[in-house]
Amino acid sequence: MNNIVVMPMIIPLLTGILLIFIRPYIKLQRILSLVSIGATAIVSLYILKLIQTDGILRIDFGGWAPPYGIVFVADSFSMLLVLTTAIVTAIVLLYAFSSVGKAHENMFFYSFVLFLITGVNGSFLTGDLFNLFVCFEVMLLASYVLITLGGRKIQLVESIKYVVINVLSSWFFLLAIAYLYGTVGTLNMAHLSVRIAEVGQGPLLTTIGIIFLIVFSLKSGLLLYFWLPGSYSAPPTAVAALFGALLTKVGIYAMFRVFTLIFYHEPSITHTMIGMMAVITMIGGSIGAIAYKDIRQIVSYNVVITVGFILVGLAVSTEVAFQGTVYYLIHDMIIKALLFLLAGTMIYLTKTARLEEMSGLIRNYPFLGWLFFIAVMALAGIPPLSGFIGKLLVGQGAIEAGAFVLLAIAFISSVFVLYSLLRIFMNAFWGETIISEDDEVPLKKGMLLPCILLGVATITLGLGAETIAVYVQDAAKTLMNPDIYIEAVLNGNK
Amino acid sequence: METLITILVGVLVTVAVYLLLSRSLVRIILGSAVLSHAVHLLLMVMGGLKKGSVPLLGEEAESYVDALPQALILTAIVISFAVTAFLLVLAYRTYKDTRTDDLDALRGFENE
Repeated sequence: MNNIVVMPMIIPLLTGILLIFIRPYIKLQRILSLVSIGATAIVSLYILKLIQTDGILRIDFGGWAPPYGIVFVADSFSMLLVLTTAIVTAIVLLYAFSSVGKAHENMFFYSFVLFLITGVNGSFLTGDLFNLFVCFEVMLLASYVLITLGGRKIQLVESIKYVVINVLSSWFFLLAIAYLYGTVGTLNMAHLSVRIAEVGQGPLLTTIGIIFLIVFSLKSGLLLYFWLPGSYSAPPTAVAALFGALLTKVGIYAMFRVFTLIFYHEPSITHTMIGMMAVITMIGGSIGAIAYKDIRQIVSYNVVITVGFILVGLAVSTEVAFQGTVYYLIHDMIIKALLFLLAGTMIYLTKTARLEEMSGLIRNYPFLGWLFFIAVMALAGIPPLSGFIGKLLVGQGAIEAGAFVLLAIAFISSVFVLYSLLRIFMNAFWGETIISEDDEVPLKKGMLLPCILLGVATITLGLGAETIAVYVQDAAKTLMNPDIYIEAVLNGNK
Repeated sequence: METLITILVGVLVTVAVYLLLSRSLVRIILGSAVLSHAVHLLLMVMGGLKKGSVPLLGEEAESYVDALPQALILTAIVISFAVTAFLLVLAYRTYKDTRTDDLDALRGFENE
C-alpha cells in the first residue's frame, strides 16, 4: 500500500476543481496549472525510481484488498507514460498561454486540460477494467469540451462525429466488460489473468477479447481511424497537440495491457489480427498523408501511421519489440506534440492551412524552419534523434519473430512519413519568399519557446536513450511476463 | 427470466441501431440513449438476477445477490446521462450555427 501512487491523478483533479473557482484570475490559473503539472511530473519521476527498488507499487482504495476493491497499480510501463504525459502537457500549456486567447482561458480551459490529464493518468494507473472505462470517460468528456470550446462551425461539425463515435465505442467497452464479468466473474486485471489462465482462453473468451480489440482500435485509431483526421484538425493548436500526443496513446496503452496481461493465450488469432490491422492502418495512413494538401490533415494522418507502427510491436510480442515500443511511445508523445505545435504555428503565421499557399517561410522564420526539419528527421528515425532507437528495436523484434511482412511495411511507412513531411518542408519553407518583411506576422516568443523545448527533448531522448534504458527494460520485462504483475497485485504487501 | 431480459436487450439494441443509422442528429442521440439502456440491462443480467437477499452486512441470509453489477450500472448510468446531456447541447448549438440537423449536410472537410 503506497498512497503516492494516486498522486498523478489526484493533483490535476484537485487543481482543476480549484481553478473553476478562480475563473477571473487568469494569471493565477496559468501559474497553478503549470505548477500542478510540474508537481505531477516530479511525483511520477519519484514513483518511477521507487519502482526500481521496491518493485511494482499498488494502492487498495479504502483498504479493500484486491481482487475485491479498486486498485491503482504503478509499474515502469505506466509510470514512464505518466511522466512523459506530464512533461508534454507542461510544454503544451506554455504554448497555450500565448495562443489560446482570453475567451478560452475565461471559459475554464485550464480546468479541462487538467481534467483531461486526470483521465489520461488514471487510465495509465488503474488495475481494474471498469475503472479503466471510467477514466476513459473522464478523459473523453474533458476532450469533448476542449474540442468544442470556442464553438467555431468546423469545431461543432467535427466534434459531433467525434462524440458519437466515442459514445459508440464506450458502449462496446461496457458490452465487453459485461460479457467478461458474466464469463469469469471478476474485473480486476490481474485476477482476470489468473482466472483465464485457469479455465483456458476458449472461443468465447477470445471473442470477448476481439470486442476489446474493437473498442481500443476505435479509441486509438487502429484501422478504425476514419474519425481521427477530421477531429484532430478542428480544435485550437494547443488542444490538437494534446490530443495528438496523448489520446491515441491511452488506447494503445490499454491494448498493450489487455493483450499482454489478459488475452495472451491465443496469439495466433488476436495478435495476428492486430498485425493485419496494423498493416492496413499504416498503408491507409501513408496514402492519407501524401494525398492531402491541408497541413493539419497531413499531420493527423501521421498520427495514424504511428499507431500502426507501435502496434507492430504488440503483434510480434517479443521482449526486444516491447522495449522498442516503449521507447517509441515516449518519443512519439514528444514528437507529435512538437509536430502539431509547429503546424499550428505555421497556420497562425500564414493564416492558411493550404500547402500551396505557403512558400519560402525559411527566410521569414529561419529558426522555425530548422526546428521543423529536426522534427521531420526525428519522425523518420534518423540516428541521433529519439525515433531511431525505437524503430531499431521494433525492427529487431520483428526479425526475431520472423514477421518480415510487418517489418517491411513498418519501414516503408517510415519512408512515407519522411516524404509527406519533407513535402511540407520543401513547399512551405523553401521556394520563393512570398511574405515581405513588412507583412510578416511576428513570431511570438511564447510560441517558439515550447517548440524549442520539445526539440531539445527529442534530441536529449535520442542521445540519452541509455539513461532511461533501465526503466524501459523493466517495463518490457513486466509486459513479457504477466506473472510479475499478477504477483505484485494479488500477493504483494505494498 | 434471464433469457427474457436478454431478448429485451436484443430488441433495445435493434431499435437503437435503427435510430443510429438515420441521418437526423436527434434520432442518433436518442439511439445512443437507448443503446446505453440496453447495455445496462445486459450488465445486470450478466451478474445474475435476484437469487438471494439484499447485500447488506448484518442481514442473515442464506445467500446474497452480487452487488458489483449494480455499482457498475450506477456509474455507467451517470456517465451516459452526462454524455447524452452534452450531446443534446452540442446538437442544439450545431443546429443554431448550421441550420440543419441532417448529417449528410454536415459531412466533409472544409476546402476539400
